[in-house]
Amino acid sequence: MKTAFPAILLAIGAYFGFVVAVGQFHGMPGLALGLPSGLIATLAAGCGVAGAIWFLFANDHVDSWRPPQILIGLALLCLGFGSYYGLFVAPPEQFMGEVQRIMYVHVPTAWNALLAMTLAFACAVIFLFNGDFKWDSRMEGAIETGVVLAFLLCCQGAIWAKPTWGVWWDWDPRLTTTAVLLFAFLGILALRKFVEDPARRAIWSAVATIIAYVDVPIVYFSVRWWNSLHQQQSNPGTVSKQFWLPLRLNAFGILFLMVAFIMLRARIASLRLKQEMAPPMAEIAELGEAV
Amino acid sequence: MLAAALRKELLLQWKTRTQMMAVFVFGATSLLLFSFAVGPNSEALRLYSAGFLWLGLLLSSTLTLAESFQAEMENRALEGLLLLPSDVRALYYGKAIANWFQLALLGVGLVPVMVVLYDAGTTDLLRLLAVILLGTAGLSAPGTLYAAMTSQARAKQTLLPLLLFPLIVPALLASVKATSLVILGDPMKQLPSWISLLTAFDAIYWSLCGLLYHHVVEE
Repeated sequence: MKTAFPAILLAIGAYFGFVVAVGQFHGMPGLALGLPSGLIATLAAGCGVAGAIWFLFANDHVDSWRPPQILIGLALLCLGFGSYYGLFVAPPEQFMGEVQRIMYVHVPTAWNALLAMTLAFACAVIFLFNGDFKWDSRMEGAIETGVVLAFLLCCQGAIWAKPTWGVWWDWDPRLTTTAVLLFAFLGILALRKFVEDPARRAIWSAVATIIAYVDVPIVYFSVRWWNSLHQQQSNPGTVSKQFWLPLRLNAFGILFLMVAFIMLRARIASLRLKQEMAPPMAEIAELGEAV
Repeated sequence: MLAAALRKELLLQWKTRTQMMAVFVFGATSLLLFSFAVGPNSEALRLYSAGFLWLGLLLSSTLTLAESFQAEMENRALEGLLLLPSDVRALYYGKAIANWFQLALLGVGLVPVMVVLYDAGTTDLLRLLAVILLGTAGLSAPGTLYAAMTSQARAKQTLLPLLLFPLIVPALLASVKATSLVILGDPMKQLPSWISLLTAFDAIYWSLCGLLYHHVVEE
C-alpha cells in the first residue's frame, strides 16, 4: 500500500515521459494517444513528481535501507541512459553547438533545486501547524539537498556562461535569484547549527524558511527589472523532439536522487533528534540529583 | 496596547541614545571608507553614492537591530512581557516601528555625510525622505523578527547578517535604484516602479513577520 500508489503514479509519469518520447524519437506517434504535447509533458512531470514525493513521505521513517537504495538505483539508471543520449545520440544544437549539451543536466538541476526548496517550504508550513517533528527532519533534508542542487546549478551555469556569454557570471534574474536563494538557505542551515534546543531550532528554521521562500519571486522580479540577459525560458513547443529524451531521463534521474538524499538526510536528522530529546542516562541523572 | 509597546521602545531608545550616536559614527565612518575603496574620482563617487549610502545604512542596521532585544534578554524580561494579557503582535509591531524610526533617523542623518563626501546632493528632499522611509521599513520588519531569534541564539553577531542580507536583496536593490534616480535625475520616469516594488516588499514582510512572530518568541 505504501509503495503501490506512488509506483502507479511513477509508472504513468514514465509512460508519458519516456515511452511516448521514444515513440516519437523512432516515428511511432500513435503511443501519444492523440494528446497534445503540452499535456503529455504536464502529465509526465506532474505524475513523476507527485509519485516521488508520495514515495518520500510514505517511506522516509521506515527502518529499512531498501527505499533509498531502490531510488538511487533507478536514478543511476536514468542518469546513465540520459547522459548517453545527451552526449552521443542527440544532435548538437544549431547555434550553440556542443556547449548546449550542459542543458541536459542544467535544466533538470534547476527544476529539482526549486522543487527541493518548495518541499522545504511546505514542510515548514506543515510543521508550524501541527508541530510534528518528523516534518522538521524532512525540512532539514530538503533544505540541505536544495542547497547542494542550487550550488551545482550556479557552477553549471557559470561553466555554460563562459563560452556562451564570455563571462562566468552575469546579473541575470534567474542566476541572481538562485544565488540569493542559495545564500538564504545556507543562512538557515547555519541557524540550525547555532541553536541547541530542538524545539526552538525547529520553529525558528521553519519561520526562516517561510520568510526566505516568500522572497524568491520578489528577488526574481526585482532583478528582472534591474537587468536581463538570460535566454527566454523554453517550453515543450520550443524544445525540439530530439532533446526531450535526455532531458527527461536526467530530470527523473535527478528527481530520484534528490528524493533518496532527502530520505537519508531526514532519517539522520530524526535519529539525532531522538537522541537529543531522550532523557539523560540514569547515572548522569543521579549525579545531577546528588549535586 | 500597540501604543504602550511603542512608547516603551521609544523610551528605551531615548535612554540609550549614546549607542545610537555610536552607530551613526559607525555609518559615517563606513561612508568615508567606501570612498577610499573607489579612489578620489569624484564622478564615480557621485555615481555610486546611493549604493554607498544604503550599504552604510545596512551595515549599521545590523548593529541597531542586534541591540534592539538586549533589554528583553536581561533578567528574562521577554517572558514577563509575554505574560501580559495582550496580543504578541502588538509587541512585535511596537518594536518594528521603533526600529524603523531609528533606522530612518540614521538614514536621514547619513544623507548630509553623503552629500559632503560624494558631492551627491539633491533638492528633491521629499522624495529622498520617502525612499529612505520605505527602504528602512523593508529592513526593519524582517530584521526585527530575525533579531528576536538570533538574540536568543549563540553567535548572534554572525547569524543576524547571515540571515538578513540575502533576504533584503530586493529592498536594497530598489532603494539604491530609487535613491540614485532621485540624486542623478530620472529622465525615463522609472522612480514610480521602484517605489511600488519597495511598497510591495514592505507590505508583504510587515504582514508576514507579524503573523509569524508569536512562533518565534513563544515556547
